[in-house]
Amino acid sequence: MASLKEMRNRIGSVKATQKITKAMQMVAAAKLRRAQDAAQSARPYAERMASVIANLAQGVSGESAPRLLAGTGRDDRHLIVVASSDRGLAGGFNTSIVRAARERISTLQAAGKDVKLLVVGKKARDQLRRLHSEKIIETIDAGGAPSMDVAQAVADRITALFEAGDVDVVTLVYSRFQSVVSQFPTARRLIPAEVVVDAPSVDLKGAVYEYEPSEEAILETLLPRNLTIQLFSAMLENQAGFYASQMTAMDNATRNAGDMIASLTLQYNRTRQAQITKELIEIISGAEAI
Amino acid sequence: MADKLHFSLVSPERELYSGLVDQVDAPGTEGDFGVLAGHAPFMATLREGRVIVRNEGRETAYEVKGGFADVTASGLTILAEQAAPAPI
Repeated sequence: MASLKEMRNRIGSVKATQKITKAMQMVAAAKLRRAQDAAQSARPYAERMASVIANLAQGVSGESAPRLLAGTGRDDRHLIVVASSDRGLAGGFNTSIVRAARERISTLQAAGKDVKLLVVGKKARDQLRRLHSEKIIETIDAGGAPSMDVAQAVADRITALFEAGDVDVVTLVYSRFQSVVSQFPTARRLIPAEVVVDAPSVDLKGAVYEYEPSEEAILETLLPRNLTIQLFSAMLENQAGFYASQMTAMDNATRNAGDMIASLTLQYNRTRQAQITKELIEIISGAEAI
Repeated sequence: MADKLHFSLVSPERELYSGLVDQVDAPGTEGDFGVLAGHAPFMATLREGRVIVRNEGRETAYEVKGGFADVTASGLTILAEQAAPAPI
């Protein structure tokens, strides 16, 4: 049985921890709102980009299609871009992303494909390094708030690998932000570019689209940009998901700490009372003996 | 009153402008162009420059860098890589 002093210290330390988790929860909640806004305001751009590409892709096909859209025609060498966060303390957020990536790696390997990894974010790097360190070709830090610069850097790296003919298919694994309580890891194909089939087709009322410069040239500049945008929006969703998940985790931690304080206090009071009773008995029986 | 053009200017971070306007001038890679309501479907890439939005005699300017403009029957959409409000 722990002494009363030890128990007091224990309660004190749990209380201190609870204060920290409470503060982290509130900070995460505030940041979540901002991250959610950012993810939402980036959506129109990504959506319009997707529909424009879908429109263009219908017109350009066969030999003239850019390689970013058509792919290399093979699917032997896969590059998986795993996007996670730099920081932890967010429940199962990063673990679930890494698990999704791992599953993908094993399915691809079972099918005899060659798999390489490009890891964004420290957490996924740490977790993937244990089992798949030889597959990781590069790691990039997510670095705080998502920025176009980081997305551009990742996109450039991917394009370079693709242009050099080192990879055939590029997939992105990230956490899709559904709502504050549900984010789930998702895989999205980046190269060959996924064309939204059900994109709203534009009614031209018989007119012919004019392109300046040519259709192919526009598509050529658009596709790399689309890559960056997709990465950027994935990073934004990741960020929002991270804060949501951290908020939930810290809320749970605060509640657990509360439960722990309650049970420790109960135990402390019982022990103290038992000690007082014991002392009283000693005094009374001592007095009776005289 | 002439028809109005629906115009939206979007950058990756946010939507900067959305609404009905009289005319928009944009810097295309192959030359500046103006878009009025009822323009034929048209798509062009943009170079670095100013997008000028004219509405009811007032002008609003935006500094854009890269991106493209898409004119459809439903209006003009400019997807800019970078965009910021600029002084006239």
